[in-house]
Amino acid sequence: MSTHQPPMPQAAEAAPNWQAAPGGPYAGYTSPIPVVKTHLGHALASEWTKIKSVRSTMWTLGVFVLLVVGIGLLAGAVVSSNASDSDMSGQSPLGLGFFGLLLGSMCIITLGVLTTASEYGTGMIRTTMTACPSRGRVLAAKGIVFFVVAFVVTLAASSFVAMTQVSMLDGTGIKDPSGAEWLKGTVGISLYIALLGLLSLVIGSIIRHSAGAITIMIGLLLAPLVIALFMFSQSLADVRQALLEYSIPNQLSVFYANSLSDTGPSGWDPLWIVLGVTAAAYAGAHALLQSRDV
Amino acid sequence: MIELEGLTKRYGEKVAVNNLTFSVRPGIVTGFLGPNGAGKSTTMRMILGLDHPTAGDVRIDGRHYDQLKDPLTYIGALLDAKAVHGGRSAFNHLLCLAQGNGIPTSRVHEVLDTVGLTAVARKKAKGFSLGMGQRLGIAGALLGDPRILMFDEPVNGLDPEGIHWIRTLMKSLAAQGRTVFVSSHLMSEMALTAEHLVVIGQGRLLADTTMADFIRQNSRSYVRIRTPQRERLLDVLHEAGITVVEAGGEALEVEGGKAEPIGELASRHGIVLHELSPQQASLEEAFMRLTAESVEYHAHSETASVPRDWGADWKGA
Repeated sequence: MSTHQPPMPQAAEAAPNWQAAPGGPYAGYTSPIPVVKTHLGHALASEWTKIKSVRSTMWTLGVFVLLVVGIGLLAGAVVSSNASDSDMSGQSPLGLGFFGLLLGSMCIITLGVLTTASEYGTGMIRTTMTACPSRGRVLAAKGIVFFVVAFVVTLAASSFVAMTQVSMLDGTGIKDPSGAEWLKGTVGISLYIALLGLLSLVIGSIIRHSAGAITIMIGLLLAPLVIALFMFSQSLADVRQALLEYSIPNQLSVFYANSLSDTGPSGWDPLWIVLGVTAAAYAGAHALLQSRDV
Repeated sequence: MIELEGLTKRYGEKVAVNNLTFSVRPGIVTGFLGPNGAGKSTTMRMILGLDHPTAGDVRIDGRHYDQLKDPLTYIGALLDAKAVHGGRSAFNHLLCLAQGNGIPTSRVHEVLDTVGLTAVARKKAKGFSLGMGQRLGIAGALLGDPRILMFDEPVNGLDPEGIHWIRTLMKSLAAQGRTVFVSSHLMSEMALTAEHLVVIGQGRLLADTTMADFIRQNSRSYVRIRTPQRERLLDVLHEAGITVVEAGGEALEVEGGKAEPIGELASRHGIVLHELSPQQASLEEAFMRLTAESVEYHAHSETASVPRDWGADWKGA
């Protein structure tokens, strides 16, 4: 230590006086604002305000609806104008909604990632975590609000497209969809896409970087199918088959019962798959959120 | 009351905060002073439970931050004025914070008014100047009308009027009995607002004292002398029992002395003086000497500290 250091009183000398501060150990200012014990409801209200007060939500959901409805109607119109009696006979028209939803799911993925990762990009996360120190509650509130928004918007768009397509193709010999097909083609696929968005939100929370997380999710969406298309080697046939069957586009098509193959996921399987993957990723994100510094 | 006990934060090999123990008590403004990179912000983030301490503990009125059921009505903090989503308006930013803590919406209008942002409440935060961003951050801290307030470098980016406003605000908040903990790297700023002072350097506690004590012990006064007849003057002053220190260059310094008797003494012995000036070391200089020593403590302990004329432009602070 340098020889010129001026003497400094130590904390110990001053401390006894502080304890003797009048009005009890923790006296001080008392606010007229009523103290509220916060719970998940408060966090949900806060996240709802957040998601609706940024333009990226309007943009991603706007483009999503445009893609789903636009491409859906276009497909319906093209098929109905070119349809000979035999062309669509025995087929469900609901499957025509697939193209719009496949492209539209990228918007939901983007919004999901932005819901969490953008807070890390802007530094808002520190404000958020200060306002709500229960980190698990923040993640849960974000997840719930986003999932509900994504599900409702997807359900509205896909139902509208499905009903329009059925009426457009009326009289071309199409099969009238059964109740179960309606359920899978609207509620089922909306749940799947909303869960895919929730997975993106969770990945955003893990990666903490918007561009990185979006890239990962788009890769997850498209890469398996694209890779499988170029797997010509005979020895990779099994891998190719698995990649095709479990690729997200094929899982989406399972909801319309027109899968690329006869084996692989069928019925409601894709929903259980995405639910399992999302749950596992959510658990990981929750654990990381607790242990990492904000 | 914020109590830190042996608080330590390591990032790999680097120790950001090293065994800090001190308390911040209610009713006064406590200044948290240290050069850039001293660990002030890291300490504040640990108080708010954002960063996990490597060792030690920090409690707010006896509880950890994440045990507070009503965090914003308990403690308000301005950490980083840029910790805002730029696409959200000032009003919506404050509204989502208020909703998260069950604070009525009317309070959002109140704090916007307090910080003078009512006119731009519906504007996006990314269009805000640094000073406006700082005001928005302060509005967020005041939102819950909390009993503890923590500001990290609040005067950054504020204009003189804004600086005056934040000084007055902090003093009035403390006068209401609140705990006010404010960090800065400017001693002159702290001298005007803080009653108590905690100084850290390289994550270590260097001083924990009242501002009055700090001023008394650190505002060193001395007389500076320059003369071509150096040896004679030294003899004369020695005979008169005045202790002289040889400063850099030709200058001599007499600690705590007055200029008049030295001038008279020199005149009586016919010694030519080129300079005879009473000097007052500024608080800024004292602060820099304190922190510079903490830096040098690790490197080469025998080197003299800061040159005497460091911080001359702050003199009189």
